[in-house]
Amino acid sequence: MELVTPGIGLIFWMTLSFAIVLFILAKYAWKPIMNMLHEREQFIENALSSADKAKQEMANLQSNNEQLLKEAKEERDALLRDARKVRENLIEEAKGKAQLEANKIVEQAKENIQFEKMNAITDLKNQLASLSVDIAERILRDELSNVEKQKEVINNLLKDIKFN
Amino acid sequence: MNLTFCKKANYIKTLFFLLLIFVYPFQKISASDEISEKKETKTEAKHEGASSEKEKFNAGKVIIEHVVDNHEWHIAKFGETHVTIPLPVILIDNGKLITFCSSNFHHATQSYNGYIIAEEGKHKGKIVKVLEDGITIDESAAVPVDLSITKNVMSLFIGLFVLCAIFLSVARKYKKNNLRAPKGLQSMVEPLIIFVRDDIAKPSIGEKRYGKFMPFLLTIFFFIFINNLLGLIPFFPGGANLTGNIAITMVLAVFTFLITTFSTNKAYWTHIINTPGVPWWLKFPIPLMPIVEILGVFTKPFVLMVRLFANITAGHIIILSFTSLIFIFANINIGVGYGVSIISIIFNVFMGLLELLVAFLQAYVFTLLSAIYFGMAQVEHHHEEAHDHSA
Repeated sequence: MELVTPGIGLIFWMTLSFAIVLFILAKYAWKPIMNMLHEREQFIENALSSADKAKQEMANLQSNNEQLLKEAKEERDALLRDARKVRENLIEEAKGKAQLEANKIVEQAKENIQFEKMNAITDLKNQLASLSVDIAERILRDELSNVEKQKEVINNLLKDIKFN
Repeated sequence: MNLTFCKKANYIKTLFFLLLIFVYPFQKISASDEISEKKETKTEAKHEGASSEKEKFNAGKVIIEHVVDNHEWHIAKFGETHVTIPLPVILIDNGKLITFCSSNFHHATQSYNGYIIAEEGKHKGKIVKVLEDGITIDESAAVPVDLSITKNVMSLFIGLFVLCAIFLSVARKYKKNNLRAPKGLQSMVEPLIIFVRDDIAKPSIGEKRYGKFMPFLLTIFFFIFINNLLGLIPFFPGGANLTGNIAITMVLAVFTFLITTFSTNKAYWTHIINTPGVPWWLKFPIPLMPIVEILGVFTKPFVLMVRLFANITAGHIIILSFTSLIFIFANINIGVGYGVSIISIIFNVFMGLLELLVAFLQAYVFTLLSAIYFGMAQVEHHHEEAHDHSA
């Protein structure tokens, strides 16, 4: 019977001391412990999520970088291509121009040559004419130095002339 | 969770039952011993044989004495010398406060100041008044109110001191070592605190409301656990059967009952008085269901009280029984006693390990059931609807 009969004294001391300890622990132990646990869990949660975020950002950054690199490469290629085209164009143009110029020069030269030639021919003609006249004059002088000859020439000439 | 718990409870019941079977014969033996003792004293007088007083070993008596409360803390006995820690006796007799030291009783053999510890009768183990001859119990006088610091009260203080010491220091560490990984004692108790919070409070009470019950749940969990463990230590400052004392478990159960009752909501009482999902004829002419439900309100804490008491007492009794076996057999023959001691020690080691498990398990079960009752005190509305659906 003693085993299952609760003793008054023990009930009294248990109620009193347990209530006091419950109060003390609730206020000075459980409250800070639960708060700190919660806080720490929150902290860890936050840390993990921010780490995740950082990872995500890093990945984003990397893909951005890659994108940038790709774009830069493309731009460079485009620039190079343009430059090559421009160069080719320039050369082409320069070639054309040079050709044109050369042609012009040749043309001019030809014209000049023609002109000079004409001049020379005219000159030659003139000299030839005056030379011929000179020669003719001399010959005539020689020929017509005596009267006989003059008469003969006149006769020859007269013979050629036919009267119709 | 409930299912596994039921299994565990069943297992413990079986254990207790086995234990009763175990202990019963010893008590029988002890009873017959007493009878034979009387016979022997008679024959002794005739034969003047060697004193067999010393040889007597009453297992039942020894076990019960170890399991119940005591006014002194017995540690050991060398020959005829008892090594005990005397404890203060505090009595309130007719409105008067009387205090003296329990050593005045000389191990419950002598009276002091008109009081004696009753050895027999209905007040066995209690302090009662004696007549002027100093031996006869004064049956007519009222039994004084005994507020003595008994072995269990002392053990209670030690347990509570340990509890405070651990958790106040841990709390200080938490404040200082905020946001860092736990260290030392802190890392030992933190898993248990989180276990109580995440595996007991949250699922039983609910994510939103568990917070205000946490201080009580943590306190009873660690109170029961620490005192169970202290009870397993065979010497001072352990060894008292504190959590196996019905007064202690009763106070704990009353605390649970009061907190449950004071945190009820309207739905809880509707649930009791007009249980949803039950045919009307169980409620109307004879309010059968309400009666059952109201009884349930009181049986729940009662069961809490009995379960802890029985389990812990059972453990103590089993260990003491195995130890007593040695002396019982030694009484027959010293050699047999030594032989049995080997088996007894093996069994005691096994029981000690089992009791370690039980120490944790009972703390868990008590806390879990308390948490479930707190959760039930605030039944939500959809809960009832669920009942209606199932009906």
